[in-house]
Amino acid sequence: MHMADALLSPMVGGTMWAVTAGLTAYSARKLKESPDESRVPLMGVLGAFIFASQMINFSIPATGSSGHLGGGMILAVLLGPYAAFLVLASVLVVQALFFADGGLLALGCNIFNMAFFPCFLAYPFIYRKIAGQKPSQSKIFLAAVLAAVVGLQLGAFSVVVETRVSGISELPFGTFLLLMQPIHLAIGIVEGIVTAAVVLFVWKARPELFAPASGGVAALAGGVPMKKVLAGLALASVLTGGILSWFASSYPDGLEWSMAKTSGSEGLETPEDGLHGALSALQGKLAFLPDYGFRKPGGDEAPPEQPGEAVSWPAVDPGTTLSGLVGGGMTLLLAGLAGLVIKRGSSKRA
Amino acid sequence: MNPSTGRQSGIDPRALWIVTFAFILTVTSFGKYEISRLTPLFLYPVAMTAFYGLPLKELGKRILLVLPFILLVGLFNPVFDRRAVLEAGGFSLSGGWVSFISIVLRSLLAVSSAILLVLVSPFDRLCLGLEKMRVPRVLVTQLQFLHRYLLLLKGEAQRMIRAHHLRCPVNRPKIPMEVASSMIGSLLLRAVDRATRIHWAMLVRGFDGEIRLQRPLSFSWARDGSFAAAWGLFFLLSRFVDLPGILSGWVLAR
Repeated sequence: MHMADALLSPMVGGTMWAVTAGLTAYSARKLKESPDESRVPLMGVLGAFIFASQMINFSIPATGSSGHLGGGMILAVLLGPYAAFLVLASVLVVQALFFADGGLLALGCNIFNMAFFPCFLAYPFIYRKIAGQKPSQSKIFLAAVLAAVVGLQLGAFSVVVETRVSGISELPFGTFLLLMQPIHLAIGIVEGIVTAAVVLFVWKARPELFAPASGGVAALAGGVPMKKVLAGLALASVLTGGILSWFASSYPDGLEWSMAKTSGSEGLETPEDGLHGALSALQGKLAFLPDYGFRKPGGDEAPPEQPGEAVSWPAVDPGTTLSGLVGGGMTLLLAGLAGLVIKRGSSKRA
Repeated sequence: MNPSTGRQSGIDPRALWIVTFAFILTVTSFGKYEISRLTPLFLYPVAMTAFYGLPLKELGKRILLVLPFILLVGLFNPVFDRRAVLEAGGFSLSGGWVSFISIVLRSLLAVSSAILLVLVSPFDRLCLGLEKMRVPRVLVTQLQFLHRYLLLLKGEAQRMIRAHHLRCPVNRPKIPMEVASSMIGSLLLRAVDRATRIHWAMLVRGFDGEIRLQRPLSFSWARDGSFAAAWGLFFLLSRFVDLPGILSGWVLAR
């Protein structure tokens, strides 16, 4: 369910980054208020446990396929929402950096989709409500399955919305939703059953781990004042959405679109003089395909636009493609050559 | 966890984080049909890989691991966007294929920049950089612990899996769900016990919630500032000036 940078616009990525940063700061503050902040090593080892547990591939009955545990709900049950959120966030950071799962811009989305929903919605409002203060085997089973299913469904829905709003993928909203929700329903049920089995295993073997009063790991757990969380989320979304919309990458080019909205013209007014002017003049002189199209034989005067004629995008223009191919290919070649020169220089110095 | 065989960068991790984010923002800010204007940005991963002598195989392996998902989602673009952008000699290229190629290029760039970050700088220094940039300390320390215990617990899981396979070769490589649940439960209990032992051991050694580095960070404007400024300028230039257009015009005009 990891989102990738390549399918994300900076506006969506940035907004989700801000939301996630707010949630992280809030969770860190709540954790600081807990009796023993130096319990962090325990959280660190449990984060590593998530990775290790994902190595244990199990067969899914009646399907012939296999799966592994996500682990978010187990952490929420053991550590409580704040610590679990931070542990999951750290797991996702390490996945993004070392395993290239997702990406750095998509990190905000991924933390929100895979940590916020299980920790701050599914755990307090489903798991805790059903399991209650005196959990039984059947209550824990039902609570874990339902919480895992709801957490994953919300996460999958969020992936669809974020991808759609970014506008890079052409997948229609309905089709993407139909692809994502049922598959994550199946994954959620399996995840829920395994989560329930693991929680029951630990509950039977070491019941004290679930008793906050005993000083077990669950001492970090606490209630979630949802009003504060939701108010913070809304504020962060509005603020960053407003600021970062400048970077909006959309049809046909987000930056130019937002410039058109703010300045009334599709690009920045190019200064006639200075470096920009000189570069433009150079580009004008050199470009045999100015603005990605073939240069008109008659000179620079563009034919007057026909009123009412719709401008289609992407425009059918062989010049655009040829110019792009030539320029892009040569730039890549130059980048490669630069790499060779740098490598030679740096190995000489070493 | 740092498999780098290349040189480690002396650049301050704050400068590395800033440059990496600026790079990813530049890459993702281009329109979805943009291909050629993304190409100058390849200079960043290529130059960094070459300069620090990073293992290309390692970089390539990690990029290949994530490509399938991106290809899967990206391949829907040619299906849903069939408007032709180029028709020549019976050959037609649709907008969907153009945006698909753009997605592949974006992912190559974004993924390689994130991997470069951990290849050129030790993870502890990157974490300290994050803390200096006001990321909550508890998350930074958590990241450092996670990184340290990752291989240890993976080894533990591997031993459990091997033990299972030796006793029960029929189930290789997939383990029945009920058995896997018990194994994960046992792994969890072992992890908790290990964590408690580590916690106590650290407490008696005066741990107060912060991991300190022997060599503190110092941001040098001459080295780190100019590194960030130079790359930042290049990213801005690539974003606002059509470098491949200038280049192709210059070459084809001769």
